[in-house]
Amino acid sequence: MLIFEQSRPGRRAFAQAPARKAALDDIPAEFLRDKPPALPEVSEMQVVRHYTRLSQKNFSIDTQFYPLGSCTMKYNPRACNSLAMLPGFLGRHPLAPLTHSQGFMACMFELQELLKEVTGMSEVSLVPAAGAQGEFTGVAMIRAYHDAQGDTGRTEIIVPDAAHGTNPATAVMCGYKVKEIPTDAAGDVDLEALQSAVGPQTAGIMLTNPSTVGVFERNIEQIARIVHEAGGLLYYDGANLNAILGKCRPGDMGFDVIHMNLHKTFSTPHGGGGPGAGPVGVSERLKPFLPVPMVAKDGYGDYYWLTEKERPQSIGKLMTFAGNAGVLLRAWIYARMLGREGMIRVADHATLNANYMARQLEKAGFDLAYPQRRATHEFIVTLRRQAKELKVTAMDFAKRLLDYGYHAPTTYFPLLVPECFLIEPTETEAREELDGFIEAMKAIQHEAETEPDTVRSAPHTLPVRRLDDVRAARELDLKWKAGE
Amino acid sequence: MPFIPHTEDDVRHMLEAIGVESIEQLFDEIPAHLRAGDLPGIPEGMSEMEVGALAHSRARRDGQALCFIGAGAYDHHVPAAVWQLATRGEYYTAYTPYQAEASQGTLQLLYEFQSMITALMDMDVSNTSLYDGASAVAEAILMAVRGNRKSKSKRILVPRSLHPAYRKVAHTIVRNQQIELVEVPFDSTTGTTDLDALTRYADEDFAALVVPQPNFFGMLEPVDAMTDWAHANGMLAIGVVNPLAMSVLTPPGQWGETGADIVVGEGQPLGAPLSSGGPYFGIMCSTQALVRQMPGRIIGRTVDLEGRPGYTLTLQAREQHIRRSKATSNICTNQGLLVTAATIHMALLGAEGLARVAAASHANTRELVGRLTAIDGVESVFDGPCFHEQVIRLPMPVRDALKTIAAHNVLGGFDLSEDYPELGNALLVCATEQRTVEDIEHYAAKLERVVAAQGRAKCPVEPKFDTTP
Repeated sequence: MLIFEQSRPGRRAFAQAPARKAALDDIPAEFLRDKPPALPEVSEMQVVRHYTRLSQKNFSIDTQFYPLGSCTMKYNPRACNSLAMLPGFLGRHPLAPLTHSQGFMACMFELQELLKEVTGMSEVSLVPAAGAQGEFTGVAMIRAYHDAQGDTGRTEIIVPDAAHGTNPATAVMCGYKVKEIPTDAAGDVDLEALQSAVGPQTAGIMLTNPSTVGVFERNIEQIARIVHEAGGLLYYDGANLNAILGKCRPGDMGFDVIHMNLHKTFSTPHGGGGPGAGPVGVSERLKPFLPVPMVAKDGYGDYYWLTEKERPQSIGKLMTFAGNAGVLLRAWIYARMLGREGMIRVADHATLNANYMARQLEKAGFDLAYPQRRATHEFIVTLRRQAKELKVTAMDFAKRLLDYGYHAPTTYFPLLVPECFLIEPTETEAREELDGFIEAMKAIQHEAETEPDTVRSAPHTLPVRRLDDVRAARELDLKWKAGE
Repeated sequence: MPFIPHTEDDVRHMLEAIGVESIEQLFDEIPAHLRAGDLPGIPEGMSEMEVGALAHSRARRDGQALCFIGAGAYDHHVPAAVWQLATRGEYYTAYTPYQAEASQGTLQLLYEFQSMITALMDMDVSNTSLYDGASAVAEAILMAVRGNRKSKSKRILVPRSLHPAYRKVAHTIVRNQQIELVEVPFDSTTGTTDLDALTRYADEDFAALVVPQPNFFGMLEPVDAMTDWAHANGMLAIGVVNPLAMSVLTPPGQWGETGADIVVGEGQPLGAPLSSGGPYFGIMCSTQALVRQMPGRIIGRTVDLEGRPGYTLTLQAREQHIRRSKATSNICTNQGLLVTAATIHMALLGAEGLARVAAASHANTRELVGRLTAIDGVESVFDGPCFHEQVIRLPMPVRDALKTIAAHNVLGGFDLSEDYPELGNALLVCATEQRTVEDIEHYAAKLERVVAAQGRAKCPVEPKFDTTP
């Protein structure tokens, strides 16, 4: 039932609004609304009960193992939430003067410094609101750099075929053409293809390392050399930073610009699809182009803002204010709790869990997409054989996993591996949870062999069965209408 | 080990299962010389208690000032239930609802959000949010260039009365696609878009006109005339609105003869705390005709195998994970948790509650401006109706006045002298429903003393820093 269907004229949550209605008599009638909007009229308790019940129809990290590859669904520590929601942090106006900002700015400055150190970059801006905005920022800086050199003939961004969809979409938003290059059989970038793709038209390359196929890009130094020699720059998509946090650094690999997904690596919540935070880090030569504002510290230990005035070559502002501050605070709290040792342990145990699951699934008869490679923090299982022989697809396995109480891994991504599951357990899952998932996969395999319809028609135990997506797109129903 | 469950025994067992000696061996594909050193710049880890003490001291340090700043972020009351519900783990720790059957809670809530926002705006369709108000304006401009079939132009008319940060952000985001933003001046008497200046562009090709309501100065724009003028000249009308104001003002779907085509706005007044500027969320609505040009997630209602109603992500063929380089935008994640809070906020307040908050904020700002302009030398800058913000002029540099008042823990407003030097010592002030008569009196008394004192002596201390983001 929708909240609208519980509405009755004249019902309200009376405690939540001013007791009397002030006059608007100085506003001419032509500006005033003649009919109130059709919002629900419900009591406070109806609202609380409705949205509590709705929440119970969700899978979440707090309630289920959520091995969604490339999304790093790790535990979100409660302290990060409660401390970021201290009244002093929540109540600070974004345009408050420096005298009323030093506490907040100290946290942001420390976060900038921590991220610099752990990624090996020269400077960090915290502004971008999400990974995709971080990508936009990075590519816009690459463009600003070439423009500042007077090098305006660079019109292409190279993207491996395994890349996230945001990479090519971002390149286009920045006015570039996209040149795709293939991945070789072992999961590395095809160096010959790269060599023949680069030239005076190359603005840069966008890479994820470990790549989206779940392996470390072993040729990264050769890639950096080839692209740099052609005059292009290297962009690091930080989607998989959890795999190497504290182990090796994009800055040392030769990347010129990176974005980090704090909602992945630094454990800020995914919130049902945001808010995220996508800070960017750059090498020395891209520093002048970073987006503003950033926090700086003067010789007296006081913090101040770097704006367009101090950074005239900046690509400019990306958000109304200074970014998703509340998310950044959560990441700062998490980073301070982990510390140096804790960050290295993240990569250690994320990698341990992924390799353990990969081997156990392989032993159970599943096909790994890259069996000869070490898994990183994630790995790919391909269900091509099951799809062909049993007519049970990766989608069917995914839906059946929901019945077993596990969120499905990422399905059908990356696109170059057919019928694939991209599985990322993260470091915060206990061994028993991983074993439980492996047992569920075995059980579903057995079902696929003996009673395939059970799998093909899953899920059976959730609030709804499989939904008609075609109808959703053809007969658009995007809002509630009274009387339906 | 913080947040890692493994015992030594677990690790040993798992390494055996993998067939390696040590965790270190799992990293043997990384060239040895690329391995990071000791990371001396990262401090030792802290316990929850220690971080808690540090966070409390930092949060306290910024004080809880009496706030009369608006300028795009407003200090409204947020009912206790809003964030208690929104931070339930089932909402807080879920991801984008790709697996619809396991995400019906979030999906239904987002469908309710689309229903509420379209009702508030009187528009056909809504997405489930963009990053914030400024980035939503940029996306609306990109959408208008794609969606306006009558125009081949990549030029957009943008009033100078639109939030300066929105104009800057839009420029950053659209300029690499060779889209040009052309500024339309405001009338110095009314503080609203100069309609005569607008008519000078009638013979040129533009994809859209941006129509703010209220505008950055808090003034009410002639939205009917602007919308009709845009349509008469082959342009789309992009409304940029404060959603709270739409509970009492004419919604963009009813502007002029046929209404605005695209509507965006900052969602913060609907349940998001000030929180240093984010996370907030960007609202985006449009007409049905433009729905396939819309960026971001959209939720549709459909049925399952057994015919029961259910909710799912729809029109995904617009999006980057399907269309890649041909997507409407690179946006992936939106601001889901803020939308969760806003949906609960709107359900709690309802149309009547929102209208009361809007009217109280309007009345308090009138009260504030009346009291401040009673001070000798302080005057109101523009004539005409406003929503809950207004511009006043001081007989002294605004920066000096604000600094002295801030020392008394009162934040007196937003200094306009940098963004609008033509307005002189202009200050944008706002009093939401949370400011009391006593608060207003307190501020006025401080300002009165500062203004009176400035004739006699200069401000004693030069500000060490004077920039804000």
